[in-house]
This record gives sequence, structure tokens and C-alpha cells, in this order.
Amino acid sequence: MISAEEIKKDFLILKDNNIAYLDSGATSQKPKQVLEAVEKYYNTANANPYRGTYKLSESATQEYGRAREVVAKFINAKYSEEVIFTKNASEALNLIAYSYGLENIKKDDEIVISIMEHHSNLVPWQKVVKQNGAKLKYMYINKNYELDLEEIKSKITKNTKIVAITHVSNVLGTINPIKEIAKIAHQNGAIVVADCAQSVPHMKIDVQDIDADFVVFSGHKMLAPLGIGVLYGKKQLLENMVPFIMGGDMIEYVYEQETTFAELPHKFEAGTQNVGGAIGLASAIKYLENIGFDTIHKLEQEIVEYAKQELSKLEYVETYYTPNKENHCSVISFNIKGVHPHDLATILDSCNVAIRAGDHCAQPLIRYMNIPATCRATFYIYNTKQDVDKLVQGLQKAYNMFSKFIH
Amino acid sequence: MSDLNDVYNDLIMEHSMNSYNKRKIENADKTEKGHNPSCGDEIELQLKMDGNIIEDIAFTGQGCAISQSSTSIMSDVLRGKTIQEAKEIVKTFIDMIKRETTDEKQLEKLEDAIAFKNIAYMPARVKCALLAWHTIEKML
Repeated sequence: MISAEEIKKDFLILKDNNIAYLDSGATSQKPKQVLEAVEKYYNTANANPYRGTYKLSESATQEYGRAREVVAKFINAKYSEEVIFTKNASEALNLIAYSYGLENIKKDDEIVISIMEHHSNLVPWQKVVKQNGAKLKYMYINKNYELDLEEIKSKITKNTKIVAITHVSNVLGTINPIKEIAKIAHQNGAIVVADCAQSVPHMKIDVQDIDADFVVFSGHKMLAPLGIGVLYGKKQLLENMVPFIMGGDMIEYVYEQETTFAELPHKFEAGTQNVGGAIGLASAIKYLENIGFDTIHKLEQEIVEYAKQELSKLEYVETYYTPNKENHCSVISFNIKGVHPHDLATILDSCNVAIRAGDHCAQPLIRYMNIPATCRATFYIYNTKQDVDKLVQGLQKAYNMFSKFIH
Repeated sequence: MSDLNDVYNDLIMEHSMNSYNKRKIENADKTEKGHNPSCGDEIELQLKMDGNIIEDIAFTGQGCAISQSSTSIMSDVLRGKTIQEAKEIVKTFIDMIKRETTDEKQLEKLEDAIAFKNIAYMPARVKCALLAWHTIEKML
């Protein structure tokens, strides 16, 4: 099995900066293979796709189409046109909220989300319910930071029209039972939106198996460049939806007062698209598949378990994750009692350890947990035990600095 | 980045962890809230005036060591000053953090608040240091 040390060599930024990068949940670093693929595209095949009648434009069109097929195969979509390229997961969620939510949600309908949602899978739904006179209901977590089946079943009812749920929490690392939730939602006649931004980088996602109606994720959290994301939607739903952004290349005929729209996937891809990003994403998928998700799981499990073990030795550190190992993935939120997360992040930065501190775009969750903020370490395939050791040393330094002032 | 100990020095740490200025003023003349939405720091400043003079100043709230100590040290510095003097001190502090003034003579009037000078070199923490000072700007 390939080691994290071996993988790390592909990431020049990590080598050059000697940094313990523990913020991949915010954005991952990019291996040289992905950067080379993007560079190669711009050096050999770049032009505006679909528009030109010359060879380069055709090559750009082909490369873009090929990238879509790679993504479709990666998530096991039935048809490649079920894959819509977006800027990121947030844009994909907004697309669903505007083009499906606003059009289909009626007065007194209910949208069900969980308390652990990222703002991007929360604020758009607030808009939908406010505008259409519907209700936003929350599924709350238990003491293990997980959703109980009873809680899920009690919130999803015949009044529910949309269930929008994160697959993996970006604060807790909790893996939600997405397949079960989809089943319960469908039994009640609701559709399911799965925010897989924090799961796709770490585990094999089969959209037909989980049977979600919409799945979204960002490329930049899974080794691809910034600015490329994916919306997957079941073909029949996407075909019946109105476009989100209007503009070039998403139309069929435009008259002075009327327009008919293009077929999928073009209907949802207005304007010149991020072909370089799509190629980077396809290359990132190839990179991950070469390692294999079984290996990725083993590597991550090893590093996360080591981090948990080392953090548990520090009696002044408080952590927030489920004790059920099989329901937890790649994220460890923590605090040092008496030290504000932002101070801790600054001190860790001085030790060359990059973590995130704050509310992690999940204010309702942080408020529900009754804490001001958390520090968050997120792990990926290139993180080594040395990274964890550096984190622990930094925490000790911070505790020593602050503890002498706690009277 | 500047040396960590220049920023988290004893004065700043003591003020952040054990501030005697963290209290409520009964019959305060002015109360104003300050909030950094991106990081969750929040304070409530209270002033008790004696004519043109800041007779007392205190705060409540929560946040990082920088935001809390900056509020506490500002309270010490501005207590007993006239509104005009306070305005000048606040402007000088903000200029120092924005690196718009480095004139040592000017900075002397900041008294203990000069301890935050090195925050100017930590862009991610500038807003923590400025929270109290921007809040009191609205009260003077």
C-alpha cells in the first residue's frame, strides 16, 4: 500500500513550505499531476468550447465533454448529462433552491434539513421557505453528534417536500445515513438533496445506490483546482426545471421577446465554462482512483485514529466527534479550555500548523452546541503522523502560554 | 509574522484573562455593542460621563485574547480623558494598526495600548484588535 509520505511528494506546496496542512476540509492541496493536466490543456487545447468551427475549439469541446464523462462514471450517474458543472457546491445548492425549490415549494410545505448544515445548504432554503410561505424544519443531533433514526423519522413527514442533508458534517465529521434518509424521504414523497462536499473526497459515492435526487460537491476539496463544482440531478427532474443563470450557449432559439432553452446539460451552463477546471477535476478523479478509495480509507483511518489517540492524551483538550468510528470521517473539532480558538490558530500558525478556527460556516450548529467556536483539524491522504505530532506540540505550547494566566 | 511573544505578552495576556474592566456600570450614560461577525468576537462597552470627561468605562463580552485585552487596555487608557483627547487617542491607535503612523512621539499618547503595535503585521488579527476602538468611535 502507498504511504502518506509517498503521496505527499506529489504536493510541492507541502514539501516547500514544511507545513502541517490540516485544513483540507476548507480546500485540499493539489498534486502536480492535476496542475500538469490543467497546464497541458491550456498549452495544447484551449479555446472557447462549443462556439468555434476550428480545430482548437473542437478540442476544447471534446476535452470538456470527456471531463463530464469521467465525473459521471466516478459517481455512477446513469447519463453524463445528469452532471452539470458549477463553480462549487454552493452554486449547485443555489441552483437547486432557485430552479427546483422556488418553483415547486408551496405554502405550508416543509423543507427538512439538519442542524449540522453548512450555511450553503441552509441559507438558500431559508429564502425558499420565506418567499413561498413554507416551513424549514431541523433534525437535531444526539449526544454522540449523530442523527437518530427516530429523529429523522419524526421530522420527515407527508408534508415534507425536500430533504436537504449533508453527507459528512464539516464541523463534526459525522457521516449521516444518507441512503436511509433518501429512502424515508421517498416514502413520504419528498426529494433528497445530498451535500457531498465533505464526503466525495474521502469515499466512493454511487448516486444510484444512495438514490439521492440531487448530489452536489466541490472540486477544490478533492485535489482539483478552485472554481469547479458539480451538480448531479436525476435526468427527469433536471429536464423539468427552469434555468438558473441565463446567457450564452444555454439557449435554443432567442427571439426579441421569447427564448427556448438548450438540452441538458447546457441548459444549466450559461456563459463560457471553466474547461480548465473541469479537466483538473477529471485529473483529480484519476489521481484518487489510482490510489483507490479502499487505500484512501485505510490511510485516513490510520491518521485520524492516531490524531484522536494523541489528542485524548491532552487532558485540557475537548473534542467533538462521535465515538462510533464507522460514522466518523476526516474532521476533528476541538477546543482548549480557556483559550479562544482564534488565539489557538495563531499560535499553531507560528508552529507551521494550519488549522481552521471559528464557526466553520455552521453558526446554528455551533450555537446548538453552546460553544463560541471550535478549532478544526481536517485530514487528507497526504497527512502524516508528523503532522499530528506538530499539532500536538503546538497545542502544548498554547496551553503553556495561557495556563499561567488562569488564576 | 512577528514573534508570537511580542503579541501574546504578559500585559495583553493578563488583561485578556483577568480584566478588572470586565464589569457592568450602573447608570451608564452610553452603551454600545461591537461585533466581528466573521469570528464571533462580541463586546458591549459602557461609558459613565462627567461632563466632558470619561469618568468610567467598562465592558462585557467574549472573544479572543486580542479582542478582549484590547478592549480592557483601551478602557484603562481612556478613563479620565476628555472626549477630544479620547478621539485623538482612538484615531492614533487605528492609524498605528493600519501602519499609517509610526511616529514614536505620536504613539506615546497611547500609553499601554502601544502593546498592540505588532498586530499590524498580523493581518488576520487586525480586526480583533480594532473591535473596541471602532465601537467607541461611535460613542464619542
